[in-house]
Amino acid sequence: MTIVPRLGEGTQTLDGLIRLAVLAVGGQGGGVLMSWIEDMARAAGWRVQGTSVAGVAQRTGATVYYIEMCPASSGNPVFGLMPAAGDVDILIAAELAEAGRAVLRGFVTPDRTTLIASTHRVLAVSEKIVPGDGITSRDEVMSAITDQARLLVAADFEAVAQEQGSVISASLFGALAASGSLPFAKEDFAAVIRAGGKGIDRSLRAFEAGFAAAQQGAAPVAPSTPAPALAPDLCVPARLMAAWTALAARVQDLPAPAQDIAMAGLKKVVDFQDIAYGAEYLDTLLAQAKRDTAPFLFTAELAKYLANAMVYDDLIRVADLKTRSGRWGHITGEMGVGSDQILQVTEFLHPRAEEIVGQLPKSLGQKVMNSPKWMVRLDRWINKGRRLRSDRLRDFMMLYVLAGLRPRRRRSLRHAIEVAHWQAWLDRAIKAHGRNPALGVEILRCRRLIKGYSDTHARGQSKFDRVMAGIDLVEGREDAADWARRLREAALQDAEGKALDGALATIRSFAVN
Amino acid sequence: MAERSFTAEVAHLRKGAGDTFTGEGILAITKALLENGVGYVGGYQGAPVSHLMDVLADAQDLLAELGVRFESNANEAAAAAMLSASVNYPIRGAVTFKGPVGVNVASDALANLSSAGVRGGALIIMGEDYGEGSSIMQERSYAFALKSQFWMLDPRPNLESMVKAVGDAFHLSEASNTPVMMTLRIRSCHVTGSFATQDNMAPPLTVRAALSNPKADMTRVVLPPMSYVQEKEKVEHRRPAAEKFIRENGLNEVFGADGPVGIICLGGHYNGVVRALQRLGLCDLVGNTQVPIYCLNVAYPLLPDQVLGFAAGKSALLVVEEGQPEFLEQGLSTILYRAGASVALHGKDIFPMAGEYTGAVMLEAIEGFLRRAAPELLPDRIRAPNQDRPVPPDLAKSVPIRPPGFCVGCPERPIFAAMKLVQEDLGPHHVAADIGCHLFGTLPPFGIGGATMGFGLGPASNGAFDGGGEKRPISIIGDGGFWHSGLSSSMTNAVYNKSDGVVVVVDNFYTAATGGQDVLSSRADNPSRRTKHPIAQAMKGVGVNWVAEVDRTYDVPRLKRVLTEALTTDAKGPKVVIASSECMLNKQRREKPLRQQAIREGRRVAAPRFGVDEAICTGDHACMRLSGCPSLSLKVTKDPLRDDPVAHIDQNCVGCGNCGEVADAAILCPSFYRADVVHNPHRWERRLAGLRKRVISWLQDRRRAKRVEVGA
Repeated sequence: MTIVPRLGEGTQTLDGLIRLAVLAVGGQGGGVLMSWIEDMARAAGWRVQGTSVAGVAQRTGATVYYIEMCPASSGNPVFGLMPAAGDVDILIAAELAEAGRAVLRGFVTPDRTTLIASTHRVLAVSEKIVPGDGITSRDEVMSAITDQARLLVAADFEAVAQEQGSVISASLFGALAASGSLPFAKEDFAAVIRAGGKGIDRSLRAFEAGFAAAQQGAAPVAPSTPAPALAPDLCVPARLMAAWTALAARVQDLPAPAQDIAMAGLKKVVDFQDIAYGAEYLDTLLAQAKRDTAPFLFTAELAKYLANAMVYDDLIRVADLKTRSGRWGHITGEMGVGSDQILQVTEFLHPRAEEIVGQLPKSLGQKVMNSPKWMVRLDRWINKGRRLRSDRLRDFMMLYVLAGLRPRRRRSLRHAIEVAHWQAWLDRAIKAHGRNPALGVEILRCRRLIKGYSDTHARGQSKFDRVMAGIDLVEGREDAADWARRLREAALQDAEGKALDGALATIRSFAVN
Repeated sequence: MAERSFTAEVAHLRKGAGDTFTGEGILAITKALLENGVGYVGGYQGAPVSHLMDVLADAQDLLAELGVRFESNANEAAAAAMLSASVNYPIRGAVTFKGPVGVNVASDALANLSSAGVRGGALIIMGEDYGEGSSIMQERSYAFALKSQFWMLDPRPNLESMVKAVGDAFHLSEASNTPVMMTLRIRSCHVTGSFATQDNMAPPLTVRAALSNPKADMTRVVLPPMSYVQEKEKVEHRRPAAEKFIRENGLNEVFGADGPVGIICLGGHYNGVVRALQRLGLCDLVGNTQVPIYCLNVAYPLLPDQVLGFAAGKSALLVVEEGQPEFLEQGLSTILYRAGASVALHGKDIFPMAGEYTGAVMLEAIEGFLRRAAPELLPDRIRAPNQDRPVPPDLAKSVPIRPPGFCVGCPERPIFAAMKLVQEDLGPHHVAADIGCHLFGTLPPFGIGGATMGFGLGPASNGAFDGGGEKRPISIIGDGGFWHSGLSSSMTNAVYNKSDGVVVVVDNFYTAATGGQDVLSSRADNPSRRTKHPIAQAMKGVGVNWVAEVDRTYDVPRLKRVLTEALTTDAKGPKVVIASSECMLNKQRREKPLRQQAIREGRRVAAPRFGVDEAICTGDHACMRLSGCPSLSLKVTKDPLRDDPVAHIDQNCVGCGNCGEVADAAILCPSFYRADVVHNPHRWERRLAGLRKRVISWLQDRRRAKRVEVGA
């Protein structure tokens, strides 16, 4: 709980009146929270009025609930029907962006507002549909709520409630009790939960947990940047241990700034194929590191994007990941499967002829790929949605056998295509790096554009190509790296590539002259 | 309303003299109807008045005891037409719908009713959906009162005033032979409070009894020459009678002693005005104001003598009415000008013409008015503040907009996903939208539909394109809109004009956006209404020959095929695709408790939920662009090799299947899986699962021994 006390002008005529607003996302139980607060005030003999603009706004949109109350001794007050900017005593925001919206609307002011905010995010559609990372930064909102609130009570009340198997309205009610902003005892709060409704026990537990979370000085405000992530651990069988250890030791030969990321990359590559593939990865990396100079940004970025390029998404990889032992445990945990329950898993796969042909040996695959007749025939046979019950033996075996093709992967058509692609990309980056180091790094980073499967993958590939073509136009300029970055960021803004088109048009407008 | 019970609310309706009601405004008004001897009630649901309909639908026993007829009308026109019972019979009737959209639909009947005049009190309870939380165009229903000459009440937004207004409305209606509309804004409907209840009153004459003793009066028929007489009656008899009643019964209120300036506000804005005055230090908590307020609980008609009386001795008046045009200000101007008054009249010159009168708007405008007209009233700290009011930080960029959207597991989502995919194949098409939850399809991530013309008018709004072209026009209509007016206005229009268009019927078994009320095609049994009339039959009945039914909207590949066929077939006439799956909100409301009970009782239950394989997801978010489901979100991974967040499905997932179906239909990616957790599995099932697991584990261990892999 962060306390930022301030002084402000009181509005004398409204002494004794408490104005409380709840900003929630539809479906968070804001209505329940409102009626608890109202019932509690009524039970204490207070005069109270609540209102809301429920309606379609309840359907996952931002919703406001509003309560005013005062002691009965104040007579028969004229209550307001909506929160007003600069005139809210207690604001409960059931999500971080909603806390930000409360500040934006002027409902949180330093002279009077106690802000109780859950710091978790419920992402808006606009944040989710961006092909890159569209999640808005939380730093600005966090600093605004800290600045604007007279008293800030912030914690991840969603997680707190979930841990108790309840919903956020209950943990926020606990936080409200802990904030001390209402003149009612904790027991009054608990009593109103007990008085009725569904899931009383769980609500009470979440209430207590919310109370505790709000009271803890070190409220678990989620950090804005995640702690530096470490490469995952590996399972290495005894007979491969020596080979792996020797390989892993070679990471030490890389410049220090690239070592951590290279270790993560190495593990990913070895996990994808085998130790020899990992050696190839390190060979390529070490060869470039020799030519690189401090701060070795090129090597570090190459360590990251080369690993991603070498670990492409083919049928074998999907089948492999779907049949690993760790996956079952992960799903069991995520779905909360108890020991007296059983788990059934259905996979949704839709392979196309291209994916199957890609796994054929290079020359055969090439032949088939070049024959439209065969491709149509294969497509008719292969291209359909397949639902596999991977907990059943027959379907599991199908995936398991497919994953078992791994040793032959390097002879496949797909492998040849992928290697050719990343080598062209790498050559391009190395060449650019020689003339303009920053541009070389930016070209490496363009690998981020290639992702997804089938059509999405093709779209990513085409965006990659267009960004590369755009870089061609500016390559000789001093600010080429900056333009490369802008092109890449534009490509990640929308799926259709409208922003990229705009950026390319800009480049052409000056590159032609 | 099979999926939600209003038993607790119905208990409130049974309260009698000496009891206290505590609850929402709209329920208080429902109770007030029964206390005032209403003989029949009807309406069409819609925010913010749905609750009145829902509760009465569950109160059939009580209504039967009292002899009150309750009708769930097909639309607002039908509801308003029902008030016809009060034309010739001294029976009180009330109908409810939202404004202005509902009033638009009802206006034909309202105009006829207003011309004919009424014997029994006729009350329209109108929920004015304006400002924050509104789902419709921003207009005022006031215009209808002006043109049809019916009266409009706009009581102060507290339960006692609103309850009193119900009784006043019936008396006023009877005293002036004119229907009365009562305006309730969204927050007034949902406002909570208390009032002392009275005993319910059975109607002195029930509708059943009226049928036994029928009456007809030719002078009440709207046909020349009677219609000319009726217009004269309006101005010569009914309006004077209304003014007399309003004056004698003190329906309007004046607060505060005399002063140099005054405020004239609609009753519904009274609390907002008082709050602004309180913040300016000119009014105390209970409403003792230093600036006199003339509170118009009767918004129409205006009483010239009262207005002039209030204006006398004042130098300036401020009119408080939300929205545009400034009907009230215009009416007051006429009164003041005709009387040669010299008082300055302010209103929309200070207040914004458009938009809600929020707390900030009200404060700024009233302060501005007083600064201009009577600065001496303002306390020093307001008149000459030491510092400017703080401006909140601009977070517009870091706070994403959050419009309402489809719920978790909504069956309409896959329909729009399929439409988006079909348009990727066949190119963009002209799409007309309609009113209902499906209108969210116009928002990201779908962006399907370019205009809305009214409830049930989606296909009709494509009339100009009925002749077809290289591409066919598409229109959307919901089951609610279809039965509201779509069958007659949209479908008969399309058939008769040989439309070449495609009509997509979004059938979710309810009028879902208004709270899940039943319609003719609902699939549940309803004890008091007839349901289970298939939309397809109605379509065929009016002559649609090409009808395709998809009875599981989540089957995206099939929907895609059917839509493609509708857009490409050689068949003549309108092509109708009926996509049906139950509204998930209502389905969960019904099934969740049953499922939990079954699990408790030890019965076998398979609970589905979707998941994403994090390692397989590449973070391109193509699935999001075909979903927008609240439970399908993003997760920032701990993997240092990744730049973009991956897809993640949270615990609110109801396992509707959209994710898997879309991944299949759009050939997106293999990351999605469905996990069915089987509660209380059979013994053999458990044994079989154990056996499978042992074999699979053996295979997995065998492979793991030969390779280096990222640990579990």
